[in-house]
Amino acid sequence: MAVEVRIPTILRTYTDGAKAVDASGATVAEVIDDLEARHGGIKERLVDGGDLRRFINVYINDEDVRFTGGVDTPVKDGDTLVVLPAVAGG
Amino acid sequence: MRYDDLLASVGNTPLVGLPRLSPSPDVRLWAKLEDHNPTGSLKDRAALRMVVEAEKDGRLRPGSVVLEPTSGNTGISLAMAAKLRGYRLVCVMPENTSSERRQLLAVWGADIVSSPAAGGSNEAVRVAKELAQEHPDWVMLYQYGNQANADAHYEGTGPEILEDLPSITHFVAGLGTTGTLMGVGRFFREHKPQVRIVAAEPRYGELVYGLRNLDEGFVPELYDETLIDSRFSVGPGDAVRRTRELLEQEGIFAGISTGAILHAALAQAATCVHAGESADIVLVVCDGGWKYLSTGAYEGTVDEAEARLDGQLWA
Repeated sequence: MAVEVRIPTILRTYTDGAKAVDASGATVAEVIDDLEARHGGIKERLVDGGDLRRFINVYINDEDVRFTGGVDTPVKDGDTLVVLPAVAGG
Repeated sequence: MRYDDLLASVGNTPLVGLPRLSPSPDVRLWAKLEDHNPTGSLKDRAALRMVVEAEKDGRLRPGSVVLEPTSGNTGISLAMAAKLRGYRLVCVMPENTSSERRQLLAVWGADIVSSPAAGGSNEAVRVAKELAQEHPDWVMLYQYGNQANADAHYEGTGPEILEDLPSITHFVAGLGTTGTLMGVGRFFREHKPQVRIVAAEPRYGELVYGLRNLDEGFVPELYDETLIDSRFSVGPGDAVRRTRELLEQEGIFAGISTGAILHAALAQAATCVHAGESADIVLVVCDGGWKYLSTGAYEGTVDEAEARLDGQLWA
């Protein structure tokens, strides 16, 4: 499953400055593993012990994956995966 | 409706149907009009409750200085409450917020300390915490971690909605301090657990996510993810488009964050239609559009408006 992954500014040091990169996998975890293969070092910034880090939010087609199965959330061809740091609103 | 004073009139807002935006007679949308509060936003509920609780526990006394990090509405609500109760208010506000919000704070007599645009409200929180250390006599109510924020919705917003619409199936609100969703979410978990609690989170331009490192990330202390069922990230393009649809089809002139909430609500409605389920979906109208006129959100094409909002804290 090929997906577009949007990278936040703070993690673009791993993608040579690219805002969006391609990756593939059938689940969020597989996409992150593929990202790591292409952009070494990025995985440990996103996950810790198999779960998403506290200040990292991941969205598939704008829905927060923490409510759809976490890193086991299935990914379809053409989906967009957005990574954003958690920031304050209000 | 008669009240002893302005503060007593907070809450008990209208719930109105949105028949033109509802996809079918069985899947209906309803808007909770929080712009009907005294300063024109949902935040009057939390601000009043935080002040009252701080008075009760003795933290606020006549002549106290109240300190709060806020991107706008909470500050405006606190400024009104502080004026009526005799406190001075100092707001820490990111510099990339609309000029109307600054003007309104000044009108109500609040002092404004600006925090850097990069980092958004994170920076406002950081600066406010520094100020609190420098001025130990100031009282920071701290909406992100103050239980009174959520309690205002647990005891007010939630029960009002259930009384007006016992058939409610979904509640959709914005996720900022998380106070609305935590309070209403907990109320429905206890009183009608089948109601789905849906969060719409504004997705800002890159400037706002410009943290120096990920350890500076922020999750409000109030946030408990077990109280919500799904969470959507909504960008400025979708938010502006829906804000305009709400105006054109239902005549409601709302702020941009309400457009983001409507976007998530319409997605829930479409899912229900597809599944053949009936639904009564309540969404929150956080405030009116007045404070956002200068952002250009209501002029030109949606793309132009989206471009103008880049880097601004529009929700």
